[in-house]
Amino acid sequence: MSRREATTQPAPENPNRMSVAAVARTETTTPESRDEWLDRNSGCIMVLPAVVILLAFAIFPLIVSTYLALSRFALVGGSFKLTFVGLYNFRRLLFGVQQYHLLGTFKPFDWPEWLAFGVFAALMLAWLVRYAARAFTVLGFVGRLISAGLATGLVLAWLGTLATGAYEGTLLTTCVYVVVGVLVQFLIGLGLALLCAQPIRARNWFRVVFFVPLMVTPVGVAYMFRMMADMQKGPFAPVSTALGLGAWAWATQAWSARLMVLIGDTWQWTPFMFIVLLAAVENQPRDQLEAARMDGADAFQIFRDITWPAIAPVAATVVLIRLIEAFKIIDMPNVLTAGGPGLATESLTLHAFIAWRTQDLGGSAAVGYLLLFVSTITCVSFFNYVVRWTRRHQ
Amino acid sequence: MTLKNRVRKTILAAGVLAVTALPAVAGEFDGVTVNIMTQTGAIQEPLQRRAPDFEKLTGAKLNIIAVPFSDLYQKVLTDWASGTNSVDAAVFAPQWMVDYVAGGYLEDLGPRIAKDTAIQWNDIAPFFRDFSSSFGGKTYLVPLDGDFHMLYYRTDIFDKAGLKPPTTWDEYLTDAKALNGKEFDGQKVYGSCIAKKRNAQSYWFVTDIAGSMIQSKGTSQGTFFDTKDMKPLVDNEGFRKALEFLKESGKYGPPDELNMDVSDTRPLFVSGKCALNLDWGDVGVLAIDPKTSRVIDKTGSVLTPGAKSVVNWATGKLEACTAANCPYAIDGVNHAPYAAFGGWSGGINTKAKDKVKDAAYAFFSYLSQPAQSGVDVTIGATGFNPYRVSQMTYNDVWKNSGMSKVAGDSYLGAIGASLNSPNMILDLRIPQNQKYQQVVLDEAIARFLAGEIDEEATIKTVQDGWADLNEQIGTADQLKFYTGTLGVKR
Repeated sequence: MSRREATTQPAPENPNRMSVAAVARTETTTPESRDEWLDRNSGCIMVLPAVVILLAFAIFPLIVSTYLALSRFALVGGSFKLTFVGLYNFRRLLFGVQQYHLLGTFKPFDWPEWLAFGVFAALMLAWLVRYAARAFTVLGFVGRLISAGLATGLVLAWLGTLATGAYEGTLLTTCVYVVVGVLVQFLIGLGLALLCAQPIRARNWFRVVFFVPLMVTPVGVAYMFRMMADMQKGPFAPVSTALGLGAWAWATQAWSARLMVLIGDTWQWTPFMFIVLLAAVENQPRDQLEAARMDGADAFQIFRDITWPAIAPVAATVVLIRLIEAFKIIDMPNVLTAGGPGLATESLTLHAFIAWRTQDLGGSAAVGYLLLFVSTITCVSFFNYVVRWTRRHQ
Repeated sequence: MTLKNRVRKTILAAGVLAVTALPAVAGEFDGVTVNIMTQTGAIQEPLQRRAPDFEKLTGAKLNIIAVPFSDLYQKVLTDWASGTNSVDAAVFAPQWMVDYVAGGYLEDLGPRIAKDTAIQWNDIAPFFRDFSSSFGGKTYLVPLDGDFHMLYYRTDIFDKAGLKPPTTWDEYLTDAKALNGKEFDGQKVYGSCIAKKRNAQSYWFVTDIAGSMIQSKGTSQGTFFDTKDMKPLVDNEGFRKALEFLKESGKYGPPDELNMDVSDTRPLFVSGKCALNLDWGDVGVLAIDPKTSRVIDKTGSVLTPGAKSVVNWATGKLEACTAANCPYAIDGVNHAPYAAFGGWSGGINTKAKDKVKDAAYAFFSYLSQPAQSGVDVTIGATGFNPYRVSQMTYNDVWKNSGMSKVAGDSYLGAIGASLNSPNMILDLRIPQNQKYQQVVLDEAIARFLAGEIDEEATIKTVQDGWADLNEQIGTADQLKFYTGTLGVKR
């Protein structure tokens, strides 16, 4: 754009140059005008391949999957038929016959659940009122309304299923993987980063070793964990037998099966946290550290007042990236338990995959879209309320 | 004899016999490439192993594409339905043929089979020849495997305990309970091993048990739906008892049985850790592999157990067996051996080029010819079980495979008894049967076994799920398909 302005709107304070340019333009013939055209449009031409690829591989599938989510797919006589069904696939998942699968099997609330829900709803309301009173913008308020809506919905689903002793669906299972997984991975990654930033022996060796799990394909990790977690025949069978865990069947109980999925996921993804946080820890201001040490500050004080403020923006960003990734967990539950026992370890992505495998392409796309909504709202909320906040307060 | 030796011997035998048996001539398929899709592991093994020999004999290049079992139906269907047609042929479950034929994706192999003497079509047992591989009077598949559920038991353990192999499900539970945790030959055994993992094979096993109480008046009675109105045969005491059996048997099985598919239970039985086991014919041949088996000549095979009372379809109640309601009972026990899955078979994409179709057919014929298949069914790793008349009696091939006469008679006797049972259960073969079984039934069983839903909720889930599918696809059409498949003459 600026290039075009430069050529079509020459600087008025230099008439001599303008006339030279005009003469040059009149003298030029076809080849020069083509070069000029190329020159003027080079920006667009350069961007075009990226735009085409983006349209073909990101936007087009997104539009097609939107239509799929609103349709019923059926194979008919050598081809397929898509019947538009409106929001039927979403209704079926949220309120209909597939509700148990996505949201869980609900039990009626007793007074503790009503109380907990009331408290949470009041907190959300107070948060919205506080925002409206202090720094109100329409966009900001709508954003917060969406965040509060999702949080309240999730709490409602949690209270109606897990808290009442009923069974939750794939949405809450995914949230467990995301919240617990990312938190544990962050804490372990940060701990390892702080340790490896110390002047210890074989520091580089440790760094490489801690980084290796990230290089392994997730399916490989899942199969490895399936073997290792076999209490009867696995490599640790003698240990588990000695500890009296030989008969412990983790795969037959919901929470132990989820725990095993989380352990595998944590083993794989902690290195990602570790490597990014290590870079941040090593970049903290040395002069401040030395000054603090000179003044006799202890390790915790140094971490709280110097290290943490220095790495907080990076930490928030790395958690955000990991959040986006964590919502897509599929390999670990699929290989370890095939989503079982029952539906206990099934994530949203696995839910969509199983639906796709049974030709329920509409249902599969609808699950995919619900996952997109939940993960986008969560990640945008995290970015706005945490990442930006840490940057502002650095 | 080790597996390797047997495989070597197989290849040698194949090499010698192929020249006379193969319909194709040397170099006939030079430059022809055939993409064949099947499942990973067993089934992939014999295809992959025999492909180079076939390539040498005919010049055809074979690409064996293997995908996990749970993806196979969908991958083949998607490839053919979307017109991608990258898969020229596939080895899959005959149950799915109905969906592939409905789309017009499967080549009618009848004319090729009629011209092919090497395949010895009449040697294939009538059930696999006339039912499994055919649909609507046309033959679309070449059978490569014979499938029945059977009961395996440890002869040594039962002898020591003074027990006889169970003939009813109640006896099965009593024996499993009595033997569970007992030590034999220095290791503790589990009373019962059944694959109960989700998204695997558990839904077939529930039919083993429920079927023996629901179907008693012969194969054509059916076990899945009422042949009058397509009402699911689920809300009855037989199905309830089957659910209770699955849960109860878990108490006498490995602690992580809920996370076990057949690829877990098979090594467990073969390594001597199970007293009783329900499975397809594979276990019988895996048990004779000296490399891995600790149960050589300690494995007995019998018909799947049955029940002394059967469901009255009108009332849904169990009633004691009489000559009227259990005409095929053996010693007062109604057995209903389940032809689960129907046996892996090869089908060809109708959109493939003619030369490719010919090459694919020649390969399936080559695999099925007695010279090759006779040996393959004796090797546990193949996943292929006897399906030809010539394979049903103990002969030199069985002897060379390392199976003793006693074990052979027991194993082949159980297959023969299943195949000849007038009350054999035919697997569901109506359009979209995969949704009925692999989706609705499998998920409900998994949730029931995990304790997420109780017996009543499980019954309701399956009943409603099947009725819903009937409605979506068309109850009248489904009924026509269902009664059509049951009317088979064997």
